[in-house]
Amino acid sequence: MANVFVRIGDWVNERAPGLAPTYRKHMTEYYAPKNFNLWYYFGSLAILVLVNQIVTGIFLTMNYNPSAAGAFDSVQYIMRDVEWGWLIRYMHSTGASLFFVVVFLHMFRGLMYGSYKKPRELVWLLGMLIFLVLMAEAFMGYVLPWGNMSFWGAKVIVSLFGTIPVIGSHLVEWIMGDFLPADATLNRFFALHVIALPIVLLLLVVLHLAALHEVGSNNPDGVDVKHGPKGNRWDALKPADGIPFHPYYTVKDLFGVGFFLIVAAFIIFFAPTFGGWFLEHDNSIPANNLVTPAEIKPVWYFTPFYAIVRMIPSFAGTAVWGVLAMFGAIAVLFLLPWFDRGQVKSVRYRGTGYKVALTLFVIAFFGLGAVGAGITAEVIPAWFGNVDLTTWENAFGRTMTLIYFGFFAFLWAYTHFGWEKTKPVPDRVTTHD
Amino acid sequence: MANEVVDHGRRRFLTSATAVVGGVGIVSAAVPFIKSWEPSARAKAAGAPVTQSLKKIEPGQQLIVGWRSLPVFIVNRSPSQLAALPKQDARLVDPKSDGASAAQQPKYAQNETRSIKPEWLVMIGICTHLGCVPNYVPDLKPEPFDPNWQGGYYCPCHHSRYDMAGRVYQGVPAPKNMEIPPYHFIDDTTVQIGVDPKEGA
Repeated sequence: MANVFVRIGDWVNERAPGLAPTYRKHMTEYYAPKNFNLWYYFGSLAILVLVNQIVTGIFLTMNYNPSAAGAFDSVQYIMRDVEWGWLIRYMHSTGASLFFVVVFLHMFRGLMYGSYKKPRELVWLLGMLIFLVLMAEAFMGYVLPWGNMSFWGAKVIVSLFGTIPVIGSHLVEWIMGDFLPADATLNRFFALHVIALPIVLLLLVVLHLAALHEVGSNNPDGVDVKHGPKGNRWDALKPADGIPFHPYYTVKDLFGVGFFLIVAAFIIFFAPTFGGWFLEHDNSIPANNLVTPAEIKPVWYFTPFYAIVRMIPSFAGTAVWGVLAMFGAIAVLFLLPWFDRGQVKSVRYRGTGYKVALTLFVIAFFGLGAVGAGITAEVIPAWFGNVDLTTWENAFGRTMTLIYFGFFAFLWAYTHFGWEKTKPVPDRVTTHD
Repeated sequence: MANEVVDHGRRRFLTSATAVVGGVGIVSAAVPFIKSWEPSARAKAAGAPVTQSLKKIEPGQQLIVGWRSLPVFIVNRSPSQLAALPKQDARLVDPKSDGASAAQQPKYAQNETRSIKPEWLVMIGICTHLGCVPNYVPDLKPEPFDPNWQGGYYCPCHHSRYDMAGRVYQGVPAPKNMEIPPYHFIDDTTVQIGVDPKEGA
C-alpha cells in the first residue's frame, strides 16, 4: 500500500517538480523565529475562523432565501426547523465577531512589535486590505437576515456614500438599486457576500502569506533572524534562531486552536447573542422602512468608527467631514509604515514616548467604542447626574478622536525629528541558547 | 526572411495601440454590468401620490404615512410648538431655509414654519445625515440631550436634532433641514402628498 503512495508521489513530482519545494517553503520548512509568544496565535486563528465562516456559510446558503419577502422567515426557518440549523447559524454569527477579535489582536501585535516596518510594509498593506474587505463582508452579512437593524444598518452605511458632493445621491441609488434598501439591495449584497468578497478575501490571504514568507516573520524582539548567525540542527544554512514551522509552530498553533475552540463553543452554546453584542435584539424584528430602531447602533466591531462619524458636525452644508474622518481613521492605518520613521521595531526597545502613545491609542480606540456602543450615554448620567449629555459625550468622543489621529501625527514627529530615545537592540533573539 | 533591424518605435506603437483598444473594450464591456446596478424599471415605477385625511390628528400629534416607501410626517403643531419656532433661530444652521437647505422644500413652503398652513407640518421623515427616521420628541421640556428642548426631532442613529419645522440644529452631523415633499390641500381636512398645489390656488 505504502508503495502505491510513493508511486503516486513520484508520478506527480515528475510532472510538477516545483510543487513539493513550494509546499516545503511555505508550510513544513518555513523557518520562523523561535521566540514567538502569545500574540503570535492570532494569525493562524484568523485562518481557522475564515475556514469556519466559509464552511458554515456554504451550509447557510442551502436554506437561506435571498429576497426581501423571504429572507427574515428563512432565517427563522434555519433557527427552528432545519436540523442543527441553529448551530450552523450561531457558528457563523459568533465566528463573525470572533473574526474581528482575533484580527484586532493580530493588528495590535503588529503595532506593538513593529511588524509593519521595513521590509514588511507589503505584508502590512495586504493585511490592511484584508481588514477592509472583511469589514465590507461583515456589513453585507449583517444585512442578509433582513431584520430591522439589517435594514437601517444598510441604509446608514450606504448613505455614507451619499455625503460625497455632486454624485452622492445618485451613487446611493446605484448601490441600493432602488430608492431605499430593497429586494435588489438584498440580492446584490447576497451575491457579494457569498461569492465576490470571499474570493477576494481568499486571494488576499494567499498574497498576505506569500509576502510574509518572502521576508520572514518578525518576532517580539524585532530582530531579523535572517541576518543572525546561520546553522541549526536541521540545516547548516538556515537561521540559528529559526525553527521549522512544522512541527514546532503547527503544534503551538494547535494548542491555540484548542483553547480558542473552547471559548468559541462556550459562546455558541451558552451565550450566542452575547448579551446583544454579537446578535442585536432589534434584529429579531422584521425590516420596517418607516421605523428606525430607537436603540440603533452598529455591532461592536464597528462602534469606534461609527463614533467618529457621530462626533463630527456638518460644516458648509455637507456631512461629508464625519465620513471622511471615518475612512481617514482606516487610511492612516494603511500609511502607518510611512508615519513611523523609527528604526527600532519592537516596543521592548522603543522610547517611552512610543509606549505612552500606543497606550493612549488603545484607550482612544476603546473610548470611541464606548461612545459608539452607547456606554457613555448610560455612564455619564449615572456618574454625573442630570448634566447635558450631548455636550459631555461630544467632549469625550472628540477628545478620543483627536487622540486616535494624534497617535499618527505624534509618531511621525517623534521619529522624524529624532526625539525618540531607544534602547540598544540585541543582535539575536533574547531566548537563544 | 530574417529582419535584423527591430523597429522599436513601431513595436511601441503597436503595443500601446493594442493596450488602448483592449482597455476601451474592457471599459465598454463593464458598462452593462455597472448599469445593471441602477434602480430597475419596476423600482422606478413605484410611487403614486398619497391622500390622507387630517380629521383625527389632534394638536401636538404626529401621523406617519408611507409615500414612495418613505415615511412622511404629518404633524398638527400645537400653539405652544408654533410659538417656540422663532425662538430657536440663533441655534439653527439655516433658520430661513435659504442657505444650504434652499432646495429642501418647494417654494410655497420656504417660510418660518416650512409649510403651507402654519399648523400643518408635512415633511419627509428622513434625517439628512445618513437617512434614518428621527424620533418625534414633541414636548417642550428639558431632555437629556438638550436642557432647553423646544420640541422637535432627535435622530437615534447619530443624534442629530431638528426643531418642530424640521430645521437642523448647529453642532450635529446632519447638514440640512429635513425635506418637505410636494403636497397640497384638497380641502380643509385632506392633504395629498406628491402633487404640488395648482398655480395661483
